[in-house]
Amino acid sequence: MNDQLLIGGRAFESRLIVGTGKFASAEIMAEALEASGAEMATVALRRVDLSAPHNPITDFIDRTKVLILPNTSGAATADEAVRLARLARTAGLPAWIKVEVIPDPRYLMPDPIETLRACEMLVADGFVVLPYIHADPVLAKRLEEVGVAAVMPLAAPIGSGRGLRMRDAIQIIIEQATVPIVVDAGLGVPSHAAAAMEMGADAVLVNTAIATAGDPPAMARAFALGVSAGRMAYLAGRAPERAHARASSPLSGLLASTAR
Amino acid sequence: MTFSESFQSGAIRSAIARADSADANSVRASLATAPITLDSFATLLSAAGREAFADIAGRARQATVERFGRTMQLYAPLYLSNECVCTCTYCGFSQGLDIRRKTLRLDEVAKETDVLARRGIRNVLLVSAEHPKRVGVEYVAACIRQTKATMPYVALEIAAAEEPDYRAYADAGCDGVVLYQETYDEDVYAAHHLGGPKKRYAWRMDALERASKAGMRHLGIGALLGLADWRFDALALFAHARFLERHCWRSQINVSFPRINSAEGGYVPSHPVDDAALAQLVCAFRLAFPSAGIFLSTREPAVLRGRLSTLGVTHMSAGSSTEPGGYEHPGDAGGQFDLEDMRAPQEVANALRAAGYDPVFKDWESMTETAAVSRA
Repeated sequence: MNDQLLIGGRAFESRLIVGTGKFASAEIMAEALEASGAEMATVALRRVDLSAPHNPITDFIDRTKVLILPNTSGAATADEAVRLARLARTAGLPAWIKVEVIPDPRYLMPDPIETLRACEMLVADGFVVLPYIHADPVLAKRLEEVGVAAVMPLAAPIGSGRGLRMRDAIQIIIEQATVPIVVDAGLGVPSHAAAAMEMGADAVLVNTAIATAGDPPAMARAFALGVSAGRMAYLAGRAPERAHARASSPLSGLLASTAR
Repeated sequence: MTFSESFQSGAIRSAIARADSADANSVRASLATAPITLDSFATLLSAAGREAFADIAGRARQATVERFGRTMQLYAPLYLSNECVCTCTYCGFSQGLDIRRKTLRLDEVAKETDVLARRGIRNVLLVSAEHPKRVGVEYVAACIRQTKATMPYVALEIAAAEEPDYRAYADAGCDGVVLYQETYDEDVYAAHHLGGPKKRYAWRMDALERASKAGMRHLGIGALLGLADWRFDALALFAHARFLERHCWRSQINVSFPRINSAEGGYVPSHPVDDAALAQLVCAFRLAFPSAGIFLSTREPAVLRGRLSTLGVTHMSAGSSTEPGGYEHPGDAGGQFDLEDMRAPQEVANALRAAGYDPVFKDWESMTETAAVSRA
């Protein structure tokens, strides 16, 4: 069945996007990326030495299979995010940008006002823009109006592994969306990712849960399976949830035959 | 209200006294508090906490990996000047000491930066002694611009300054300010800072708030361990960090626990701190401040640095010199203190890799247009 994810005019078979930070080495990162089957990987521009001929992160990503999605991690204002995005494009990275505008170094919460501003400027500048936001349904709609390619609400604080704490708000965002919704940040285990996909998220982004697992490639594979299972379940259409038990072998036919 | 106005040394002494009677149960209870309170922090640093070090260390290691992954950021200090108008008992740059004095010219700053860049360094801490005439605001701002031409990340460790001066440094591209209080014990502070502008205890204590208001992204606090009771200074650092979290919410808070090393002048610490206490402090701080950077310099020997790197430390200096001009011309000027870990940056990086950590040289990009123009 053709069930591709379409973002910014590009089709992806995998609905798992992985982040490349926090790994013990670039080699382990590359193995985990391979095992995840992801076709899109985020890279923090602040970690990339654009002036150097070789880079410890981007050199390990097979660009024929994986789209590098640069992020603006480190930016605390819209202007800083825009500058980072332009710097990356000038250096030959794709004109795709995950907008992260985070003024709060402790809980790493994104700034909604500056994020909206940055997206306005970057869309006008021709970028394919994917903003990272708090799970705020109105902000998600405002960003769609600006012309972003996808919206990436957080499930829980970055790196917390706490799962879908923002479930109700994310449900509203998904219900109202006209662009793909990528649940980002806070997913700790594959069942969290599966749950997000069951709700109808178009994709999920995972970094810390894979990078800091005991066996990152194995965890990457597990997340890939979780995402696939959740997506299949969503497409299959779940059975309704009920307050009471309902026998899986109905008795009504049995009574009818006795009456005869 | 500033931190110096809110600081209560009596509350800290009471917390230390209460923690004296801590036992294994109170350590367990302290580990379960979230966020960690002053009393819990004191308990983790108590004798009972030392007994339970394995538990505390395991949790600290886990908290560090969760937040920072298996990475270690590397940086190097670049000493601009050892000319000083302050008299401080423990410092090799203290006024009146017979050392060769030097303030780098801008072309010398550029040469030092080039040496560091060739060694792979992308994160530099500009350090200077206090000399308002020779190391003035315009000179420091020019040094920042010069360094920023090569280095994506530049922070400052110089004399405490006024807010407009910090703004000038931020405008020049400076990303952070490191300023150690040395000791938060006011009497001990007075006994060691005998002359010069550094005598102003409260003014120094509030400097990082001024730096944050001026737009500095990263604030580094610390105490020079060995001057006073280490638990007192540790709890004061806790209080300072909690204060900065609330009042300077846009700034990342980093901490360092430098121990006094031998220096010209021959000061011998009155309150030596052993390795076990340092490890206890690193772990307790990590648990109390999961997002704080913890810095460890080459003051400490390689073996101990290796051990602490897996417990809570996130940033290590490497291949350091504490002499102005010491990277290009070692031995031409007096150093601030003696170093223990003399390995080159790539040797430190290789040791980290062998221990399962990714050494990170670059983790920052210049955020302002002015800095970008000068690097292009």
